[in-house]
Amino acid sequence: MFNTNSLVYLIGLPLFGATFLLLAGRKVDKWGHILATVLSGSAFIVGVDQFFQMANRAPEDRAITQVLFSWINVGTFNVDAALLLDQLSICFVLLITGVGTLIHIYSIAYMSHDENRRRFFAYLNLFIAAMLLLVLGNSYLNLYVGWEGVGLASYLLIGFWNQKPAYATASKKAFIANRVGDMGLSLAIMIAFATLGTVSFAGVAEKSHTASQGALTAIGIMLLVAATGKSAQFPLQAWLGDAMAGPTPVSALIHAATMVTAGVYLIVRSNFIFDAAPTAQLLVVIIGAITLMFGAIIGTAKDDIKKALAASTMSQIGYMVLASGLGPVGYAFAIMHLLTHGFFKAGMFLGAGSVMHGMDDEVNMRKFGGIRLFMPITFVTFGLGYLAILGVPPFAGFYSKDKIIETAFYSGGIKGILIGSVALLGAGITAFYMSRLMILTFMGTPRYTEDKNPHESSFLILLPMAILAIGSVASGFLLSHGNALVNWLSPLFEMTEETENEIMPPIVISSLALVFVAAGFALAWKMYARSAVSNTAPTDVSIFTKAARRDLFQDDFNEAVFMRPGQLLTKTLVSTDELLVDGTVRGIGKAAIGSGNLLRTTQTGFVRSYAALILIGAISLIAAIWVVTQ
Amino acid sequence: MNYLTTLMLLPILGAVLIALLPKSQGLFAKYAALVTTILVAVLTVVMAREFIRDSTDLQFVESYDWIKSFGIKFAVGIDGIALVLILMSVILTPIVILAGWNESEGGRWSVKTFYILILILEAMVIGVFAASDVFLFYVFFEAMLIPVYFLIGGYGSGARTAAAVKFLIYSLFGGLLMLASIIGLYVISGQQGDHTFDLQTLSTLQISSTTQNLLFLGFFIAFAIKAPLFPFHTWLPDAAAAGTPGTSVLLLGILDKVGTFGMIRYCLTLFPDATKTFTPVIIVFSVISILYGAFLAIGARDIKRLIAYTSISHFGFITLGIFAMTTQGHSGATLYMFNHGFSTAALFLVAGWMISRRGSSTISDFGGLQRITPVMAWSFFLAGMSSLALPGLSSFVSEFLVLVGTYTRYPAAAIIATFGIVLAALYILIPVQKALHGPTSPGNENLSDLNLREKIAIAPVMAAIVFLGFYPAPLLNVINPIAQHTIAQLGFTDPVPTNGGK
Repeated sequence: MFNTNSLVYLIGLPLFGATFLLLAGRKVDKWGHILATVLSGSAFIVGVDQFFQMANRAPEDRAITQVLFSWINVGTFNVDAALLLDQLSICFVLLITGVGTLIHIYSIAYMSHDENRRRFFAYLNLFIAAMLLLVLGNSYLNLYVGWEGVGLASYLLIGFWNQKPAYATASKKAFIANRVGDMGLSLAIMIAFATLGTVSFAGVAEKSHTASQGALTAIGIMLLVAATGKSAQFPLQAWLGDAMAGPTPVSALIHAATMVTAGVYLIVRSNFIFDAAPTAQLLVVIIGAITLMFGAIIGTAKDDIKKALAASTMSQIGYMVLASGLGPVGYAFAIMHLLTHGFFKAGMFLGAGSVMHGMDDEVNMRKFGGIRLFMPITFVTFGLGYLAILGVPPFAGFYSKDKIIETAFYSGGIKGILIGSVALLGAGITAFYMSRLMILTFMGTPRYTEDKNPHESSFLILLPMAILAIGSVASGFLLSHGNALVNWLSPLFEMTEETENEIMPPIVISSLALVFVAAGFALAWKMYARSAVSNTAPTDVSIFTKAARRDLFQDDFNEAVFMRPGQLLTKTLVSTDELLVDGTVRGIGKAAIGSGNLLRTTQTGFVRSYAALILIGAISLIAAIWVVTQ
Repeated sequence: MNYLTTLMLLPILGAVLIALLPKSQGLFAKYAALVTTILVAVLTVVMAREFIRDSTDLQFVESYDWIKSFGIKFAVGIDGIALVLILMSVILTPIVILAGWNESEGGRWSVKTFYILILILEAMVIGVFAASDVFLFYVFFEAMLIPVYFLIGGYGSGARTAAAVKFLIYSLFGGLLMLASIIGLYVISGQQGDHTFDLQTLSTLQISSTTQNLLFLGFFIAFAIKAPLFPFHTWLPDAAAAGTPGTSVLLLGILDKVGTFGMIRYCLTLFPDATKTFTPVIIVFSVISILYGAFLAIGARDIKRLIAYTSISHFGFITLGIFAMTTQGHSGATLYMFNHGFSTAALFLVAGWMISRRGSSTISDFGGLQRITPVMAWSFFLAGMSSLALPGLSSFVSEFLVLVGTYTRYPAAAIIATFGIVLAALYILIPVQKALHGPTSPGNENLSDLNLREKIAIAPVMAAIVFLGFYPAPLLNVINPIAQHTIAQLGFTDPVPTNGGK
């Protein structure tokens, strides 16, 4: 059906959609969204076709590269515009175009009342194209284009309603936090070129064996900085909660299922660096562990349903990052959790959007309650996602999260016990905040005002939720059945000898995880189902709750350490420039010219003073030459 | 065909034609200027197609005796760098005329004078990039000031006279230093052979290191004022804010490039040893410029001054690339000059349209333009993205080449310069948020969107920014050979991969 050239269609179709819809303007308002959805769907079909072609080839022939043209070629710095489709990138292609298309469909209904729906779909298509470039580029520099491309799309979509100043600020914050991460990516590429002479994945992988540990560690740490920006990991996590200002389908697609997982992709893609740089790898684990707790704790205190889900996303990506720092055994599990999370978290975000739709855009869960009766389908699809994220067997999260906890424990020594425990505890807290969310929203009795009229959403909204719910149920089993995903990805990684560190058998770990989950659920049940819930947030809470509500002071920290000193520096420089730099030069000028007549030039003296200057110049010129040639 | 002299004569002819018109024929003067500059652009493209890419010699060489007794020749010829900069200049000039169709009205002098000045300026810009006689270069370098001085002082706004005089004094000061150096060179050439101003001959002179250092500084300070580099920059924001938007494009986009072009063509070629002596200092000042300009841009309240400050930051990148002495840095710097011309033109022209509609250049006077004037807002946004070097746009390629080329030789400088990309996000997104986002603030409700003429003017600039972001090869193919040659002449080779010292 397609030859390898169809790789370019993957990106080209949505890119055309974005460009066309933006340039065509209001004229195509009536059908622009249909076009965008069809183009996204077509990219999905191309992806599926590529997947089957790939699966039919022998494992060693599965990766294909398509060179489009020579992009930058200066001296020894040669970078092609080239696409690489291998076992790893096809997973992302299917996730991006599959979930992406579902969210296009959902948005047709969700955004139907927005007068700028066409522009919204243009941005969605732009995002799909950029995200595909991110995962298909065959070099760090190609990836970089997609990397900032998705950042741009994210910025545009967070600020889609930027007539509200707070939303505009949220979009700016996201862009700038991401740029800090991008600095890391820039430096990683520079170090790679200076030390290895190449920036392509294949080239760096090949040369990494000849490089010193120091260089690889530096590259690894810089890549990790990039990942923390894009994937909202500690310490660059503060933007994600604010990013919920974007329309809910955006939160589902970009800030849950795809873009924010790009950091995990980057680390797994750079396995050859991290495998050879244990220090960087350890840092990856630490960052992942910190963030998974950080997000989980924040999640326990949020009353805004979208912000609670965002905190959860941060935490779940923490799991993925942690897994990707565990070496070859961890990579596949990081990707597996990334895929299952893509289903259940996108599904729950869409569910939250459906609830908001039926509740006049209310997001405060304290003003929900008992919604299951009015929105049964939303309740069921959301509930399946909930069971999946909890890790209840046989739902998707059980397979993927359990494997991460297990691998963490088995990574050996004190480190293994420590991070294993963190992952285990995180699972318990996850169960608590997700149960809290579930109970506050769907269970109990209504706490909303009488003017609200909760109703089930339309078919186009429910269909994508239903499909994602199926994924929440089945994807974990399918991906782990017969080690399917592990075997599929294994040719990409250098598997080391399995060192057996089984401090306890897998069944014990699974049981422990379920105990923690049950405890988290029980606590939530006791606090929110068995006792009355106020429709305003209580104020007489512990210092811990206050800290969690304030996102563990992440914004306060950034403001105190970066923003205010930065503003002070800017102010100082501005006044220094006027007074000192400009003043000094003016002073010298006045002194040199004497009375400063020239600076006091008036309207009438304008031409005269110029003529005088020219005259002086000309005389000195002639005099100088005359002196010289004598 | 004598391309280069023809290219210089064409605008002069146009200027003469316009001068002969009666003052009432302002509209005709506009069309005459537009047609002339388009012809110049077309002819330059024709010339560029005949350019031999792989040659590092000067091409389209012409030489005529001018002042025989002093050995001064009217000698011109271009290499890849000069070609790229001339191309940029002649493409931007008609765009500036079309974009600022009404800028010429309401000035101190008549409409036609405005276009005479622009056309004379264009001829001199071509001359300054093409000159291969140092004296001829100096004449163009100084004479260029005249039309700009009158354009700012006669057609600008605000404190235009003060700004014009400040610009002139700075430039004349630099020019005097350069003149002293040129005379010094002339004397030395006389001691070692015939008196001459020929660049090629002068570059073979044997000069003692102290003398070389002094002569180098004379040239370099003149260029650092023009470029401008910290701490010689304070004239630029005043001049850019006072000039008409079109004038500011010519000033920041084209004229300032003479500074960085001069560094390559004159400082590096004439004084290789002094270049090496001063390189560390210049690298430091480049990095300071990058950060300093960015911080001032972040703190700017006036949109024209903001763009001027971003240019100081960008010029820091260009000098960093030039003095990193690697192929990537050098090619990147030259490409940067071209790209900066286009992205600054885009920013300044759109800002100019915003200012003329709103009647204010204070950023906080704007608000919510995205919903009132979507095309104008989008143009500003895209120009801003180009200024912050978003990957996929042309400025990314040049900025990254400069950074990677610097890193291989001066990693610390490259690392500090990389902070510039975060600051760039701030200085672009802050005005974007204030002017384009948020609710519509009073005074903006009735602004009109871009008209057809303005759309036609901005479209090619945007197209170039996007196209060259994905496919910079047409320019890089012309720049690379001469960049490699320049580096090699100075005795540098690109650092080889270090493997991190293993």
